[in-house]
Amino acid sequence: MEKTESFGKGKRTLKVAAQECLTEGIYSMWIEAEDMAEAAAPGQFLSLYTRDSGHLLPRPVSICEIDRDKGMLRIVYRVAGFGTEEFSRYQPGEPVIVLGPLGNGFPLEDKGGRRAFLVGGGIGIPPMLQLAKELKCQKQMVLGYRDKLFLNEEFARFGPVFVATEDGSAGTRGNVLDAIKEQGLEADVVYACGPKPMLRAVKDLAMERGMECWLSLEERMACGVGACLGCVCRSKDTDSHSHVKNKRVCKDGPVFAAGEVEL
Amino acid sequence: MNTKVSLAGVELKNPVMTASGTFGSGAEYGEFVDLNRLGAVVTKGVANVPWEGNPTPRVAEVRGGMLNAIGLQNPGIDVFIKRDIPFLRQYDTRIIVNVCGKTREDYLEVAERLGDQPVDLLEINISCPNVKEGGIAFGQDPKAVEAITRAVKDRAKQPVIMKLSPNVTDIGETARAAEAGGADVISLINTLTGMKIDINRRTFALANKTGGMSGPAIKPIAVRMVYQAAQAVKLPIIGMGGIVDWEDALEFIMAGATAVSVGTANFFNPYATVEIVEGIQAFMKEQGVQDIQELIGAVR
Repeated sequence: MEKTESFGKGKRTLKVAAQECLTEGIYSMWIEAEDMAEAAAPGQFLSLYTRDSGHLLPRPVSICEIDRDKGMLRIVYRVAGFGTEEFSRYQPGEPVIVLGPLGNGFPLEDKGGRRAFLVGGGIGIPPMLQLAKELKCQKQMVLGYRDKLFLNEEFARFGPVFVATEDGSAGTRGNVLDAIKEQGLEADVVYACGPKPMLRAVKDLAMERGMECWLSLEERMACGVGACLGCVCRSKDTDSHSHVKNKRVCKDGPVFAAGEVEL
Repeated sequence: MNTKVSLAGVELKNPVMTASGTFGSGAEYGEFVDLNRLGAVVTKGVANVPWEGNPTPRVAEVRGGMLNAIGLQNPGIDVFIKRDIPFLRQYDTRIIVNVCGKTREDYLEVAERLGDQPVDLLEINISCPNVKEGGIAFGQDPKAVEAITRAVKDRAKQPVIMKLSPNVTDIGETARAAEAGGADVISLINTLTGMKIDINRRTFALANKTGGMSGPAIKPIAVRMVYQAAQAVKLPIIGMGGIVDWEDALEFIMAGATAVSVGTANFFNPYATVEIVEGIQAFMKEQGVQDIQELIGAVR
């Protein structure tokens, strides 16, 4: 009897369309995603599976760009271990096993006339690109890097881009908050994705200035679909699943109103 | 061809069910698989009141499996009765409710509350390694196993499955203790206590330090324990631990399991349960097996 690979709704073997190294350890992959691209929204993520039977859990990777006309999805990811290292070796035409799109995504209601910060830190930068494409308002991108820049030029067509680097090699020396303060930037609403200390600082700034604030969170996941309760975050209000104060990052998020979550 | 099996008088259309804690109450995976195709859905553990569970990180991958220390986060029996049971009742599958507790009274309260509910069996979790009170504390001492089994049996209206821990020296002794306490069925194995160190952060991968290991790497241990338990008691056994495909499921059945639960495999193949049902049927057809009973405990 032959072993058949039959995946359920949502989990599919797709094809790599293009793969490129953007800078040291940061890769960009376009995936022929068929109707998965049509269903995708900015701020959602994909679960990618390795081909290795010893590494079983999906790797959640945020969606960087959506090309609905061509049915393509782009991910930009950092090589951080076994799984992402394997993905980085995939060549165009090779299979890539994907479940998604997962999670809620950023709210996109018309912010006409309002000014927005799109704040990305490190590997939290990629999801801001599709958001920049789809959000209709005045946008200022504030991007924080350790040292090597990536994607910053691709943001330029959506508005002014402000860069911060930890080593001061480009833009403001320091973090995204330092860049906002140094440049004297102002906004009415902020969307952010990045490491937790950055999200905390963005939340504090938003509260201080009375800005609406949306944060995209990251957490270790197992199922990615809301069943295992592995990736919860502390929430202000009772969650819909367990009626405690633990929202699921994979299902209730990854995007939350800042006031909704404790960081 | 007959794939029906019976657990304490409850007939299942096939021996394939979900493992508690990996499938919620079915709603999330209902988007991927037809729940009507499953022998039973075993729910995430439910306590008398909501439990918040452990801090994160709660999960970590290890080679061939994973560690979890969720800590039995659950909405409590009130929400469960109002929301989850009616959801599952829409499907033609058996409902097995996993019951957890910190104290003996917690277990009894949940079992009692479920007495008038349309659920088929109760699975008593005395083997969770991730909670400080209750859980495994009831599952590692044979006397405690017998006592909690007897107490639950005394109150429960539905047949009772005792879910056993592999973190014991002699699984046969634990199985006999459950049988002596009046258990109708035993299920095993729960997860094995494990640990992972994050060498870059120089700390534990899980906030709870230790977690329960599951996934295909534990399967040979689980098959061995199911076999030993089957030799030790006359009770029907639900076998689980690292099942990812129909071949794994048949190993458990031949080792003595009447039914099998699929857990961690759901996380990397949401369709695993139904594929296993189909694989068992195809195997039976190819091998000319008329009744799955011929395979249960076929290896002695």
